[in-house]
Amino acid sequence: MSNPFDFLEPLVKLEEKITELETLASSTGVDTTREVGSLRETWAGESRRLFAGLTPWQRVMLARHPLRPQSSDYVDHMLDDFVPLAGDRRFGDDEAIITGMGRLGGIPVMLVGQQKGKDVHERKRCNFGMPHPEGYRKAMAKMRVAEKFNLPVIALVNTPGAFPGVEAEERGQSIAIAENIRDMSNLRTPIIVVVIGEGGSGGALGIGVGDRILMLQNSYFSVISPEGCAAILWKDGSKRDLAAERLKLTAGELARFGIVDEAVEEPAGGAHRQPAVMAGLLKDALLKHLRELQALTMDELLERRYRKYRAIGQFIESAGAATAAR
Amino acid sequence: MVLDRLRRANTGRDPKKIPDGLWVKCPSCAKTVFKRLVEERLDTCPECNHHFRMSARKRIAALIDDGTWQEWDADMSSADPLGFVDGKGYPERIAQQQAKTGLKDAVICGGGKLAGHSIGLGVSAFDFNGGSMGSVVGEKLTRLVERCTAARMPVIIVSASGGARMQEGLISLMQMAKTSAALARHAEKRQLFISVLTDPTMAGVMASYASLGDVIVAEPKAMIGFTGARVIQETIKQELPEGFQTSEFLHKYGQIDLIATRQEMKAELARIVSYLHHA
Ligand SMILES: [Zn+2]
Repeated sequence: MSNPFDFLEPLVKLEEKITELETLASSTGVDTTREVGSLRETWAGESRRLFAGLTPWQRVMLARHPLRPQSSDYVDHMLDDFVPLAGDRRFGDDEAIITGMGRLGGIPVMLVGQQKGKDVHERKRCNFGMPHPEGYRKAMAKMRVAEKFNLPVIALVNTPGAFPGVEAEERGQSIAIAENIRDMSNLRTPIIVVVIGEGGSGGALGIGVGDRILMLQNSYFSVISPEGCAAILWKDGSKRDLAAERLKLTAGELARFGIVDEAVEEPAGGAHRQPAVMAGLLKDALLKHLRELQALTMDELLERRYRKYRAIGQFIESAGAATAAR
Repeated sequence: MVLDRLRRANTGRDPKKIPDGLWVKCPSCAKTVFKRLVEERLDTCPECNHHFRMSARKRIAALIDDGTWQEWDADMSSADPLGFVDGKGYPERIAQQQAKTGLKDAVICGGGKLAGHSIGLGVSAFDFNGGSMGSVVGEKLTRLVERCTAARMPVIIVSASGGARMQEGLISLMQMAKTSAALARHAEKRQLFISVLTDPTMAGVMASYASLGDVIVAEPKAMIGFTGARVIQETIKQELPEGFQTSEFLHKYGQIDLIATRQEMKAELARIVSYLHHA
């Protein structure tokens, strides 16, 4: 299989040249400022061109980029004074979901975030971001604390899916997800959901119900992975790029369906190029939405949350044309 | 009475469940059994009581008192929000399923009496595109629950579904949230929801409303779970234990309340309603 990030190659080449010139400058004292500056401009133009024309499949690849910022990066860059909280009080501590309290621009929040892990060891501990039932129950346990003490919940979604395994089934994967979906639908505190990378089906929805759903520009949210869809429809997993296109899984497309409230812009070259800048952009977006939600009474908030989901769906009644849900 | 009505209601339906002809081979005990006898026993094997998949209409007739059923939102059918094409277009696929099953989509909802108790009932039609949940299933179930919340009535949903419907993309996934949110409101009014799981209840359906019953009842030996066994085997190369993802497996692991045969289902549900519903 070719390198899945081939489409980024023109940018990578330019980046290598820039680094080369900078190294040359520092080792020989030659002034390369002008050349570097012009290369950076070329890079910026090239990246704008490239990112404007990304295919859905390329966005899926970016969502899965190994250097893409994860929940822990957003904790580091976006929150102050973080207090990690562990465990579901029933079975264990699932590191595929990190939970804890922090201050977002001074506002205390409860963070619940799926975590894939950054190196081999952490990836293993985090089970590559695929939570077990205890992960979902841990998330709900902390959200209950948030509800009790009026902390808004920030839920960062980044999972290929809930873990498909024997133990997960034994411990009630379906039930854990179902109960979270139900309980997030009427949790008495504001909830903002952000898809920061992969929004893999029910495993994503298990921490993904809230007042606002934001998606980073190069993330995806889908009922099934493009590979899974291609395997079912065409018995051919390699048609995943076609499946990605058909599933309408990008932020822009989902915003048009009214499911996603905001597609959050990523820095030039994608979130993985500048995690701190990305975190800053997300922080601004979160604060804006939080201010709007905190202006509502609790009853208004919950009514609007109900209406938000109530309105999702398109169907035909009697001889009429397609209608949206109420 | 009930069975006569069933036979009439069922003529020509569901050729897949019980093959045409006078005789049918039971997949469980491998005996060849007289088909009409199977039908008269609510689609179960006279030798081993294997539960064949049952049509939604027949299920309703088996649960609801004669002459009390009123169907709701019967006219609703799928739109094509994604313009989804795989070989053929989604609307064409739906039209085929409608012609095959005589149904508009994969769930039938309505109200009626169950042993004298007024209830709202939703029943999955597995033969319609695998009972999958798209906008129609999500919307009809949500309206069912909302109606019962307003009327302070119990809801029973009999599930048989492969999960969310791929051809409506994320809109299908969001029906999990929509139905669950409606059930949360039903629960806030202290109203009863009984979830009945039949073969198969998987994925997005099991991971939403089907798991939210105050009481969860399953038919014997139904396949129930989140991830399909084949996918589990392929992705993690794990050996699957005997009886994995059956009703009995879920019962052993504390995930469902009871297993009831199809013959005793109506009486069992009536008993539960009599304890947990105060009109
Ligand atoms: Zn048999």
